[in-house]
Amino acid sequence: MDEEKIEINIPSRLESIDKAVVETINFAQRAGFSEEATYAIDMAVRETVANAVKHGNKLDETKQVEMTLRNSSDGLEIIIRDFGEGFQVEEVPDPTNPENLMKTDGRGILFMKTFMDEVEWSNHAEGGVIVKMLKKK
Amino acid sequence: MAELNISERQAGDVTILDMDGKVTLGEGSVALRTTIRRLLGEGKKKILLNLGSVGYVDSSGIGELVSSFTAVNKEGGTLKLLNLTQKIQDLLAITKLLTVFDVYENEGEALRSFE
Repeated sequence: MDEEKIEINIPSRLESIDKAVVETINFAQRAGFSEEATYAIDMAVRETVANAVKHGNKLDETKQVEMTLRNSSDGLEIIIRDFGEGFQVEEVPDPTNPENLMKTDGRGILFMKTFMDEVEWSNHAEGGVIVKMLKKK
Repeated sequence: MAELNISERQAGDVTILDMDGKVTLGEGSVALRTTIRRLLGEGKKKILLNLGSVGYVDSSGIGELVSSFTAVNKEGGTLKLLNLTQKIQDLLAITKLLTVFDVYENEGEALRSFE
């Protein structure tokens, strides 16, 4: 597939997560990613959109999650933005530390880092978190 | 079709939950939580989760497994895992939870471990 870019607006509902993931899987398959790579992209997007809907936009349906998918020579670039209060990724506790092992949440960022080749977090000047991820070809 | 179907079997005093589907944020995680809480309410405290037909788990699902494990332990019971797919095994390795859960590949062996 030649370079392709799509932009999707996702309502802040839990049911939207699956729809965002399906769009991404279809895109990754069109771009020629392997089944294993597509699973990794699926996992990372699911976690990122879930964080954006739940922790960023706090399930406020007046706020959207914006997702951009771009296939280029570098790989599949994914940008996901919420409109919440933002956060500092360095302040999120490491879920693999023994004192955090039995916590019931806090593993999403670990999965995003594990399944993608590059992940960057930044806070938008007008509010919200921007997550940029890359899965190399 | 539900995101996660859970069928219940009894082998002596061990309750086996055959799970089929996805354990993800929302319906799947809630189904597991509801079933575990109900079993504990019925006094069933030896629980074996058969994950052989669970093809997909996200971080929320992993959290739900941890939550179930803790809830059962708190009631003086035991929760063990059976038939992990490679994907789930990898997720438990990434999260360093493989050593927390008692994991079996064989149902008979898993049942004997409760004795």
